[in-house]
Amino acid sequence: MQVPILKQGPFLIASVQSALSDADLLQLRDTLVEQVGRYRSRGVIVDVTALDVMDSFSSRTLRDITQMIRLRGAETVVVGIQPEVAFAMVQLGLTMEGVPTALDLEEGLAYLNQEIRTKGNETERHGR
Amino acid sequence: MNEIRTHAGMNDPQRASSPAEAPTESTSLLLRELVAHLRHYRTQLRQEWARRITGARLLTAMTDEEIFAEATSVYNNYVEALETGTLEALQAYARNLSERIIPRGVETHEVLGIVLLLRDVLARSLFSKYREDFTKLDRILDAYEPAANRIANTVAVGFVQERERVIMEQQEAIRELSTPVLQVRERLLILPIIGVIDPQRARQLTEQLLKSIRANRARVVVIDITGVAAMDSHVANHLVQTVEASRLLGATVIVSGLSPEIAQTLVNIGVDLSKMTTVGDLQGGIEEAEHLLGYRGAQSRDIAEAEG
Repeated sequence: MQVPILKQGPFLIASVQSALSDADLLQLRDTLVEQVGRYRSRGVIVDVTALDVMDSFSSRTLRDITQMIRLRGAETVVVGIQPEVAFAMVQLGLTMEGVPTALDLEEGLAYLNQEIRTKGNETERHGR
Repeated sequence: MNEIRTHAGMNDPQRASSPAEAPTESTSLLLRELVAHLRHYRTQLRQEWARRITGARLLTAMTDEEIFAEATSVYNNYVEALETGTLEALQAYARNLSERIIPRGVETHEVLGIVLLLRDVLARSLFSKYREDFTKLDRILDAYEPAANRIANTVAVGFVQERERVIMEQQEAIRELSTPVLQVRERLLILPIIGVIDPQRARQLTEQLLKSIRANRARVVVIDITGVAAMDSHVANHLVQTVEASRLLGATVIVSGLSPEIAQTLVNIGVDLSKMTTVGDLQGGIEEAEHLLGYRGAQSRDIAEAEG
């Protein structure tokens, strides 16, 4: 099943609706990395609220997505991990180092907005 | 043929003296005689029992009058159970008695002790009554002992069950009290942990915290472990896991109040604490959390600066 990707201002929102196969995940990765450049997006939100399982492949792919998108000049945040899923992941050692996380879509947007502002401020300061 | 075989099976050498009577009938007959005897001498026997209880220094939490009063009703229930052969009334009484005496600190060995003492006192009186007729004594004891053992068993089990019920209730209460997750400010939760953390409680803490993070939309959590005296590697790793799981939900965890002993233990057992933010005390933890949330903390040195 394909993951719909919405463009919302300077951000892309990938909202996972159901369990994903490995191929779906890889496709999500490729699409996101490609679209970030096409839409000149500043940030990407991957919403995994609907997932009740997170295995090692999906968490590694999410980490890959984060790093690739960082290389493309944008920030990624994973939102909506369920409490049970979070605890199960940690017990399996899947701590997703280096991947920013937020409670839900709203928090994710707030996080990205703040990131942009900080970056903007830095540029401003450099400009002065 | 059948008849004979059955009989041969029932008749062990000790019972050889009464082959003619059917065993159930003779037992109930003997029990009736026994009960009559116990009723008749109840005053002496009760006094003797109460005296032995005091002599054995049992039930020290109770006064002599109380012991005698309880002894009287236990005795009556006991004889009734012997007579009717049903244990329900005694069970109910034992439960009721346990409810009354457990809060006063009566121990299991005391309850067991007094029931066994009663058994001894009664057996002793049977001995003296049937001293002349050993065959009869033998049969009376055959009837008395299983019934008496069953009664002792019932009382002891009733007491222990009541005790276990009390303990379970208390554990439940402690468990509910032990994991308060408090919201101090918008987006800021505090989880004060007091006492010993065992694996079960650690698990429960984590579950509760993760749920609360979701419910309160918390962004920062301060786990205060000032009240935790010791921590082993299992619990420490669990704490690290809790911190990581909270991060996956988008919340930052600050751990405050690590005691010097715990700090030493954690370093000695080599728990990886690099992912945890730790702060000295709860005040520091809350200040740090407010800083993360973007509140302008009214810290003491700011006030000092403002005044100076």
